[in-house]
Amino acid sequence: MNLNRRQFITTAAGLAAAICGQQAFAKAEDVEAAIKAIAGDAEVGTGGGLKLNTPEIAENGNSVPVSVTVDSPMTEDSYVESVALFADGNPRPEVVSFNFTPASGEAFAATRMRLAKTQNIVAVAKMSDGSIVSETRNVKVTIGGCGG
Amino acid sequence: MANAKPRIKVPKTAAAGDVIKIKSLVSHIMESGQRKDKDGNVIPRMIINQFECTFNGEPVFSCDIDPAIAANPFIEFRARVQESGTFAFKWVDDDGTVIEAAKSIEVS
Amino acid sequence: MTITTKKQLGLCCVAATALLIGSHLNAAPVEEKLVIDEELEMITKVPSVEDHPIDTIYSGWHYRTPETRALEADSFANPGLLGVEQGEEIWNTVEGSEGKSCASCHDDAAVSMKGVGASFPKWDADSGKPMNIEGRINKCRVENMGAEAYKFDKGGQKPLTAFIKHQSLGMPVSLDLSEGDMQAWWEKGKETYYLRTGQLNLSCASCHEKNHGKYIRADHLSQGNVNGFPTYRLKQNKLISLHNRFRGCIRDTRAEFPAAFSDVLMGLEVYTTWRGTGLSVETPAVRQ
Repeated sequence: MNLNRRQFITTAAGLAAAICGQQAFAKAEDVEAAIKAIAGDAEVGTGGGLKLNTPEIAENGNSVPVSVTVDSPMTEDSYVESVALFADGNPRPEVVSFNFTPASGEAFAATRMRLAKTQNIVAVAKMSDGSIVSETRNVKVTIGGCGG
Repeated sequence: MANAKPRIKVPKTAAAGDVIKIKSLVSHIMESGQRKDKDGNVIPRMIINQFECTFNGEPVFSCDIDPAIAANPFIEFRARVQESGTFAFKWVDDDGTVIEAAKSIEVS
Repeated sequence: MTITTKKQLGLCCVAATALLIGSHLNAAPVEEKLVIDEELEMITKVPSVEDHPIDTIYSGWHYRTPETRALEADSFANPGLLGVEQGEEIWNTVEGSEGKSCASCHDDAAVSMKGVGASFPKWDADSGKPMNIEGRINKCRVENMGAEAYKFDKGGQKPLTAFIKHQSLGMPVSLDLSEGDMQAWWEKGKETYYLRTGQLNLSCASCHEKNHGKYIRADHLSQGNVNGFPTYRLKQNKLISLHNRFRGCIRDTRAEFPAAFSDVLMGLEVYTTWRGTGLSVETPAVRQ
């Protein structure tokens, strides 16, 4: 668990909120900082068999399905260590970090997330060889109509 | 606070080397810490922040969960099985509460 | 069809554009089948009964996004079923001065409650009014269990109602309007349905009869059928009761909203349930 990353983001966002005196939303820099915390000095590439699945339009921002999959043999020699998800328009960018082992068999995970508004979701995959790839997808979040 | 048993879907049988699907769903309000009550006070955060799955004691998959995960957290993942045994699942709440469950599988 | 002249090409382009624009403004409900767990076929599209203003009745399921629809088709992932499980626990829990649980008298709900969800509200001679599941639960609690009635949407009311209705999953909704004064309450409900109220001067019909299939802001308007309540709404990520939904809708027309289980809303429940006659009970449905 990357406590340092968490603490960093929390402090930065909290400071911003305190200064602004209102609820701060994550900015592109926050997501970049979060990705840097995972990648370290490694270059962040694209592709690498990473596929991020999100709906084009979220029926309700309160529950948006998302899944990630990375093409990988998932053996001791070559496997996906983790895939982290970030939302660049939420109050805080972290969504979840999926941590795999070779015993996972397949680097696949799915869940449901909350999105405050239309924004980009960034998936960052870290491989056992230290390489990093990411993919970004935009999700439209609608306000809905009326009724209850 | 969770108030219902977690739901877990694991196939009952599999062949050695198979990669199986595992789905989990647990009842939890996942209070994000962003909401305010009627008087304008922030409702404190109370979420499940960690999920872990092991098989016969060995780690298979885990998640570090943030408030952006929706209430009644649903998590789906995969596992490669080589032998029969038991999957153990653990959800950990912000206040330290642990929910546990287990499912066995016969692997031929 | 082959395009052989420029004129035909032009017409085709115009038609395609019109279709694209039109399809956004008036997106018809998807023509798909709801089959739960690839085995239980649900009736979500049905010809209406006589004197119904709409020819073909569609369940609200048809108006939702593919992801939402898929969630209801999966009996593992449907979060509403967490509430149903909770309801089952309540069913088996002893409560009240008589030391009984629902199960003490009603045994296995899958047997004793089958069909109940599809035939309520029913006429209740004691009160001289239609009674819905929530009301029937409270009547049993007070008269037979010596337990306190549930307050609206509180305690076990939602999970237990969902559990009982869920025992009729798949069965077509069908009310007996010949019982007692049900017909008169149906009339009352019908009046309410068409009555414009509130600052926005809207009736149920304004949206659900005149404009179903169209969008209100980003919501795809359904026909307003009630066969899936209590419903798991993604907006609140929990089970939502029918009367809560009635009140919310009316509140959003900026009208004073009636009390839950009031005569107005009971009449409306009878009428709106009738409007969905033939649709399968979907409780717990998944909606936005």
